[in-house]
Amino acid sequence: MSDKEFDVLIIGGGPGGYVTAIRGAQLGLNVCVIENQHLGGICLNWGCIPTKSLLRTAEIFHYMNNAKDFGLVTENVGFELERVFERSRNISKKLSEGVAYLLKKNNVTVIDGKAKLAGPRKVLVNNGKKNNSSIYAKHIIIATGSRPNTLPNVLPDKKLIWTYFEALKPDKMPKELIVIGSGAIGIEFASFYNTLGSNVTIIEILPHILSFEDEEISTMAKEQLEKQGIKIFTETEITKVEKSQDLTTTYIKPKNGKTSKIHADRIISAVGVIGNTEDLGLDSVKAKVDGGSIITDEFSATNEPGLYAIGDVAGPPRLAHKAEHEGIVCIEKIAGLSPSPLNKEIIPSCTYSRPQIASVGLTEKAAKKSGKKLKIGRFPFSANGKAIALGEPEGMVKTIFDANSGQLLGAHIIGVESTELIHSFVIAMGLETTEEELIHAIFPHPTLSEISHESVLNAYSRSIHI
Amino acid sequence: MPIQILMPALSPTMTHGTLTKWIKKEGDDVESGELIAEIETDKATMEIEAVEEGKLVKIIVPEGTENVEVNKVIGLLLEEGEDLSNIKEDDTMDTSKSTSPPLISSENKLIHSPDYNTEHNPKSTTTVRSGKRIIASPLAKRIAVEENIDLSIIKGSGPHGRIIQKDIKDITKISTQSSNKEYPEHNITTKTNLQKDNLQFEAVPHTNMRKTIARRLTESARDIPHFNISVDIQIDAMLDARKRLNANLEEEGKISINDFIIKCISLALSRVPSCNVSFTDEAILFYKQVDISFAVSIDGGLITPIIKDVVNKSFSAIARETKELAKQAKAGKLKPEDYEGGTFTISNMGMFGIKSFNSIINPPQAAILSVGAGQISPIVDNGSISTATIMNVTLAVDHRCIDGATAADFIRELKSIIEEPLQFML
Repeated sequence: MSDKEFDVLIIGGGPGGYVTAIRGAQLGLNVCVIENQHLGGICLNWGCIPTKSLLRTAEIFHYMNNAKDFGLVTENVGFELERVFERSRNISKKLSEGVAYLLKKNNVTVIDGKAKLAGPRKVLVNNGKKNNSSIYAKHIIIATGSRPNTLPNVLPDKKLIWTYFEALKPDKMPKELIVIGSGAIGIEFASFYNTLGSNVTIIEILPHILSFEDEEISTMAKEQLEKQGIKIFTETEITKVEKSQDLTTTYIKPKNGKTSKIHADRIISAVGVIGNTEDLGLDSVKAKVDGGSIITDEFSATNEPGLYAIGDVAGPPRLAHKAEHEGIVCIEKIAGLSPSPLNKEIIPSCTYSRPQIASVGLTEKAAKKSGKKLKIGRFPFSANGKAIALGEPEGMVKTIFDANSGQLLGAHIIGVESTELIHSFVIAMGLETTEEELIHAIFPHPTLSEISHESVLNAYSRSIHI
Repeated sequence: MPIQILMPALSPTMTHGTLTKWIKKEGDDVESGELIAEIETDKATMEIEAVEEGKLVKIIVPEGTENVEVNKVIGLLLEEGEDLSNIKEDDTMDTSKSTSPPLISSENKLIHSPDYNTEHNPKSTTTVRSGKRIIASPLAKRIAVEENIDLSIIKGSGPHGRIIQKDIKDITKISTQSSNKEYPEHNITTKTNLQKDNLQFEAVPHTNMRKTIARRLTESARDIPHFNISVDIQIDAMLDARKRLNANLEEEGKISINDFIIKCISLALSRVPSCNVSFTDEAILFYKQVDISFAVSIDGGLITPIIKDVVNKSFSAIARETKELAKQAKAGKLKPEDYEGGTFTISNMGMFGIKSFNSIINPPQAAILSVGAGQISPIVDNGSISTATIMNVTLAVDHRCIDGATAADFIRELKSIIEEPLQFML
């Protein structure tokens, strides 16, 4: 293959990479994406999308099991495991093809292979064939994403100890399942497998599940998950895991308790992710790596001129929507526009378990720590007509304001479709709206969004329906 | 139907002004052509006169009100046969949102807008008063009100230049830090930092002129990359020429040294037109005419009236104009067209005995000449020491559009003309 040259070369075709490529093409840049596995990255193939497909199955299964509450008659409710996962895989496949189409439509060159930096503005691509091809680009963006982190004493083996890869394509439905870690990934798998009938135990080293969420919300989530039958151990350490033919024994030690053991036929290790910074040839350039992340400035530039890093590989929060926005800011800067840097304080977070949890901005604890005087509003789903009609009266919207300026500092939601409710607060915070604009906004009736409105009213002691 | 008296725009750039005085009182009859009120703009005080006759029935904006938006209704006239019942609430409404340009005739006469826009401007939490739309977040607007900060002077860092909370925080941080320094006249003063300061002082509120000086010179010093070049000029030939010219002139036509130098600058600029320019983001503007602003010190500040088309004016015409403009300036009676524009500025501190100094460029111009005092000094002429009258001039230029060699060309021409004024005969 002869040498090629592009304006921008992006290593990795995940949500950060492909979105950045399309924006670059829109801005008239000649863009190339190098992807060594599948367009759409982890998000689309092994993360966000296939898990949402499974959780939708679980949700419908839950409703079918409770059909009589809605006046419906169902018989022989059950599921075919293979079909459930087949649906999930097909959705990922369809979307990955969609990404290929979008890149083609925008005249983005896609090259299969593994890219490695070979000095400034140059990469070597290995596609398994004999000769590596060299590609030159004025700007190179690393968007190689992340992979599962592991605990040294619970190393995934693809058989008994899974990561999200195996959990999305299981060989069987585990009877007893241990989920290690209670971030979004751990909670979502726990929720899915529990709803479909596994006995699930969550083990978390920190005092709260979903530790990045507001403590009040986290506590409510724990209560609801436990009510559904999930066992949750917080502040609990795993001392040892023993494996036999088709069974594992996990030794756990709570903070102030005695060691005990739990048997399970499968374990899901969900202890976070770590950036893919290895084998990129970063030693040949001036870019710095620290703790699994490439160090970048507010416009994603590394120490090496012409080299950038976005998304998971550039550090937390490791979320697809953060990667996408970071990439857009980065490429607009490259194209000579003047984008505002990404504001990390208003990146929303979503967990799609039952109940769903979504938030943006500061938790109550963090807001208090800032020394500000606060006004806090709470409004329960149980006082909202739409939530009751949906048969989903459990949940709450919590809003936190700076009492002095009226600035919305944080919003936290737990309950049905909360991941679809959070964006109004994301927009509000992005625009720096105060309570006044939110109070004066007209929310449609009857919708769950009225809970958001009432929560704001409640912060100013003006709730109508409570 | 009542006639609205609107806040006039005295110049195309005026967005607001101070209504200093009502000459007529409520209930007074007003003849067409009579003076009604006095308005102070950035730099001048101006009287406004009525074009319609009637009775001044209502003063809406009381005298002494600052920051009155152009086109705001300041009072109402009733025509003969009308009474107060003719006044509707709409008549007192702000028309400043109207898209039509401010209505004032070139004679500075008061005109009412016949098809004024009655668009209601609802209560707003903002302090936004200038005609230009200010894009700011609701939170930024609210904090600006609380901190008493004028949003129009803040550059936004949000998307598309939107002013966000951070921009205001940055500003309040700066002004709090600077409040204890020697120069408290930072152009953003917050109530809070005045209160914090324990020093004894009397706070003299800014006049419009002071605000304008502060704003324009801060912008100039901050945004224009200045550099200065300086040269000594022998002025004996010029002094001699001036003396001989003045011998035959009436008192009001007598030529000052400054007038002479203004004329010499115009000749030098016509030889080096690339110093008669302005920088804009898109282009360098080469002016086809030489209009020279000259700095006049007046009560409470300074102002730069303009001698237009200097190339085509005689020495004595220039002399008469500078005298008249300086007189008007000291009386605060300059019209906007007398001081707005100009392509080059001269600032002369020779009369104060200053030997040499640097000036800050008067934007959008790109050059300013600082003229020092003429002093008899020893010079070396052909190996022997003699004396001559030496005057130092310093040229400050905008490096974005005038480079060193160009500035040197200009100053060399100017020196040559002043040292040999017979060149005007060429």
